[in-house]
Amino acid sequence: MSAPALQRLEAANADAAVGRQSPYAGRTVALHLLALVAWIAMYVLNGTASEWLAFSVIGLSRSSRLGSALAFFLYEVPKVLLLLVLVVFVVGVIRSFFTPERTRSLLAGRRESAGNVLAALLGVVTPFCSCSAVPLFIGFVEAGIPLGVTLSFLISAPMVNEVALVLLFGLFGWKIAALYLATGLVIAIGAGFVLGRMRLERFVEPWVYEMTATQAPSADERVSFEERLTQGREAIREIVGKVWPYVVVGIAVGAGIHGYVPEGVLAGIMGRSAWWSVPAAVLLGVPMYSNAAGIIPVVQALLEKGAALGTVLAFMMAVIGLSLPETIILRRVLRPQLIAAFVGVVAVGILAVGYLFNAVL
Amino acid sequence: MKIQVLGTGCAKCKQLTANVQAAIADAGLAASVEKVEDLREIMKFGVMTTPALVIDGKVRSAGKVLNPTEIRTLLAK
Repeated sequence: MSAPALQRLEAANADAAVGRQSPYAGRTVALHLLALVAWIAMYVLNGTASEWLAFSVIGLSRSSRLGSALAFFLYEVPKVLLLLVLVVFVVGVIRSFFTPERTRSLLAGRRESAGNVLAALLGVVTPFCSCSAVPLFIGFVEAGIPLGVTLSFLISAPMVNEVALVLLFGLFGWKIAALYLATGLVIAIGAGFVLGRMRLERFVEPWVYEMTATQAPSADERVSFEERLTQGREAIREIVGKVWPYVVVGIAVGAGIHGYVPEGVLAGIMGRSAWWSVPAAVLLGVPMYSNAAGIIPVVQALLEKGAALGTVLAFMMAVIGLSLPETIILRRVLRPQLIAAFVGVVAVGILAVGYLFNAVL
Repeated sequence: MKIQVLGTGCAKCKQLTANVQAAIADAGLAASVEKVEDLREIMKFGVMTTPALVIDGKVRSAGKVLNPTEIRTLLAK
């Protein structure tokens, strides 16, 4: 690219960054539409391409174990990565409308119950990173948002996330994904409500309540549509760039189980007849820390070999919803008693979900 | 000009500090860059997401790793 062209591009980027409409808006939209067409083509052709690669190019037999494991791997990896790219982009654009500041002002002045429901829903669409959990917590408390409502947000934000939903949709279908979304929200609402009733404010470090917001942050700047698209692309780079190795390794392990572990072998230990399997799954899951991308392909393979759905969902929620790093970060503002209550109530909610689905499905 | 980067020491905060320094060097500005890592100090600015960029005491961006070009635009205003 020539130097003047580069300067123009930089100027366009800078314009987009400060919220002005640049003269290249039409071209940007056209490029995104072109990318969408390419995406659809790749998604549609993936099935044929992966079969051709496994059985014609590499020449494995369809009935062999290695053949079935490899075909599974070659089909699932591109499929899940494609879905991730699209959904992370769309969610990134949606999230540009929900800054933490806006979420806070939507929640300020809400009472409990209605506040818990709204907080859990906003937890899904507000950008959240566990490294910002503490400033966010303080910001909510400063604005007078009840503790239970704040906790509903902090439960739903990591547990119900787009990566988990994409993987569940891609590997299990929309019913399980919807089930996960609904039960995750119910746990966030219910646990936040119960924790709010428990009057735990005295276990928040006292200095948090002494703080008063001295300055309203500059969140009022206008954001152009182009800038929202840019935020979507940044979300792809940031999230897909980070989770893709976990997806590949997770699906490889899943493919191994898929091809080599006999059917029904897990029914005895992880099936619905073993009552202790749900608490065992939660106990195992809480200290484990993995992102959804690594755990779900393994979970799928377990389910296929006879593990019960409730047990598997409970395991997954415990792994990604209750993470050790996040509780360590929250320890800076919450006393151990409150952290114990938080983990305890959420774990009970997850247990209830596990038993419910083992009984119903 | 006084520039502060607010953040408790995560990778994103370090990246933002590096980008700020690159932007200043590019623009040839005389500015002091300070990293604010103490949680209570950070909260005095009223931000809810880190890293945040503060220029002359005013919060100009929060929760984003701005690239050097974006930072230069903010510095010029």
